[in-house]
Amino acid sequence: MTGRPAKPQSNRGFALTRRAFAAGAVGLAAAASLPRARAQTLAPLKIGVLLPKTGVQAFFGQSCQRGADIAPALLAELGYAVKIELMNADTETSVDTARARAEKLINDGANVLIGPFDSGAATAIAQVAEQRGVPFVINIAAAPQITEQGYKFVFRNFPTSGMLITNGLTLMKDMFKATGTTPKTAVFMHVNDTFGQANRNAVEALFPRFDMPFRILDTISYDPAARDLSVEVAKAKATQAELLMVTTRINDAILLIREMVKQRWEPMGVMSPGSPGMYEEQFFTSLGKNSDFMVSNVPWFNPRSEVASLVTAAFKKQFPNDRMIGHIFNVGFTFEAVLTAADAYQRAKSTDGKALAEALRATKIAKRVMIGGPIAFDAKGQNVEIGAAALQNRNGEPKVVLPAEAAEAAPVFPMPGWTKRG
Amino acid sequence: MPLELVLNVAVGGVLTGLVYGLMALGLSVIFGVMRVVNFAHGEMMTIAMYAAVIAFAQWQLDPFLMLLPVAGGLFLFGYALQAGLINPFIARPEHSQFILLVAVAIIMVNGLLMAFGPNARNVLVPYALDSFEFGPLLVDKVRLYAAVASLGLAAALFVFFRGTRTGKAIRAAADNHTGALVVGLNVQRLYALTFGLGSACVGAAGCLMALLIDVTPTLGPVYTLLGFVIVIVGGLGSMAGALLGGVLIGLSEALAGLFLVPSAKSMVSFALLILVLLIRPHGLLGRST
Repeated sequence: MTGRPAKPQSNRGFALTRRAFAAGAVGLAAAASLPRARAQTLAPLKIGVLLPKTGVQAFFGQSCQRGADIAPALLAELGYAVKIELMNADTETSVDTARARAEKLINDGANVLIGPFDSGAATAIAQVAEQRGVPFVINIAAAPQITEQGYKFVFRNFPTSGMLITNGLTLMKDMFKATGTTPKTAVFMHVNDTFGQANRNAVEALFPRFDMPFRILDTISYDPAARDLSVEVAKAKATQAELLMVTTRINDAILLIREMVKQRWEPMGVMSPGSPGMYEEQFFTSLGKNSDFMVSNVPWFNPRSEVASLVTAAFKKQFPNDRMIGHIFNVGFTFEAVLTAADAYQRAKSTDGKALAEALRATKIAKRVMIGGPIAFDAKGQNVEIGAAALQNRNGEPKVVLPAEAAEAAPVFPMPGWTKRG
Repeated sequence: MPLELVLNVAVGGVLTGLVYGLMALGLSVIFGVMRVVNFAHGEMMTIAMYAAVIAFAQWQLDPFLMLLPVAGGLFLFGYALQAGLINPFIARPEHSQFILLVAVAIIMVNGLLMAFGPNARNVLVPYALDSFEFGPLLVDKVRLYAAVASLGLAAALFVFFRGTRTGKAIRAAADNHTGALVVGLNVQRLYALTFGLGSACVGAAGCLMALLIDVTPTLGPVYTLLGFVIVIVGGLGSMAGALLGGVLIGLSEALAGLFLVPSAKSMVSFALLILVLLIRPHGLLGRST
């Protein structure tokens, strides 16, 4: 080894420059302020997500869950500084289980509850939320009574049955006008649960006021867990009605159409004035070409919304094997429920139930996923600014056919017969 | 109410009832011989339905072709279940048997949930949406085929019990347990065979039901209950009674759906059950003990 020995490296570390001094000062200041910053950091908001992930509504519950699952990452992308923690629970499509799970989630520390897709379950959870002073943001449930009880902790970003049917009947008339074909008679078939009953009541109350161009010849209710609708369809067919109006879930919607094909019943159309079932992924995969031309007049995803695009991208990333179009309704409303809770928390800066409820009451979220005005709640906790679109199934997916300004395809009515579908 | 509508609905009810009857036949056979009530009966049918659904989804095998393989599989399963698990409980109090079979049923439901998830699955054979037209009658093709198959299988079982040595031995063991032991019959083996046969029945019924309704893991308890209603109406332990009970329940549900509120049609089955229990406590074709 030759030459001068190298200068010890450690000596260089002690060379104090102005830049190093400044950096050190900033570091010290940051370190000094650290405890204070920690005190200001909000704890994650614990959101109890109640959904029917088993039982007859399992498809819906699992579909909605996807909307909650994409939320934590997406909220950060949307600029929300607060963190959320999801506490998932299965209502098992049972009102009693929904009540028990709501209690348990609150006991386990949930600050807000969201869910539960079903009106019966929502009614039960609302009672628990109100008693325990924990805010409850409803994603999907239409029975009007839920927000008519004077509850202070219940908020619903979903139309009531009255709103659904009002929009649904209006869109029906628009459809007849647009296609130049009007049926003279109809038969109404509905699932016999809280939601179905609420829709039936709304139809009976609103039908005379809307001066509808057809008469309802018969109203037929059926068991929500029905596994065979042959008798019900035979009865409906015997009325010789030109239009079938339905309030369905998913399994019953599939059974209904299958039975119509078997019994060779071909009315002019099958229209839902506001219910799930006929635009869901399972409907298309189960029925193939027979799923086409059904019409659902429902609140829907806004394809022109920036947030909706982000939701779609997040969904594709997290669930690459699923078609977003078959989950869009459930994902959209469930994501909005989480968004609403997180937005309120960001403003309330507290997990206290009363503070969160106050913040929820002052909600105004303009950038939303679904069609309609901003997410905001009236004195009853109801969002009254939710729009609707007429969807018609075409080539295995729902397309907006009305209103005309948002239409992706022209409406077809009457629908082609079962044997004339290629 | 048009007569044509009533006839169509009644025929549909009878055809469905025959498949119900085959399902309940297995329950009746097991109880008639062993005096064990199979509380996992509907769940076993659900397993058979999944077997048919998977065979169709994977290899496009028609459930009618799967009848014998699935029934055979369920026979082996039932035989093993009886020989390995239920046999030690034969002499124990009824509540022990009840808890054991309820536990088996719960394991089956949850196992199916874990394996297949909660979504409904179905078999859509090419003729699933076809119907036969007989004058004013429109008969669902699948339902008619399923009913005919049910009748054929029930007849085969009847012939087995009446015409074969093993069948006669099983009946002997059912009539007189001690006597059967005295003459040297292997009663434990006969019991396992009986449980296997009952399971095969429900396996075949499951294949046929897969053509009529969608299957979910939670379907079992509903059909266990329906099986009980049918065999109690028909007469516990009576093979002909199970078929008759199935037809009566199928028909009453269909007609109740037509004449009353459709959503309340299953209520009528239970009303019929109460009526039969009041008038003939041992069932329509059951023997009083």
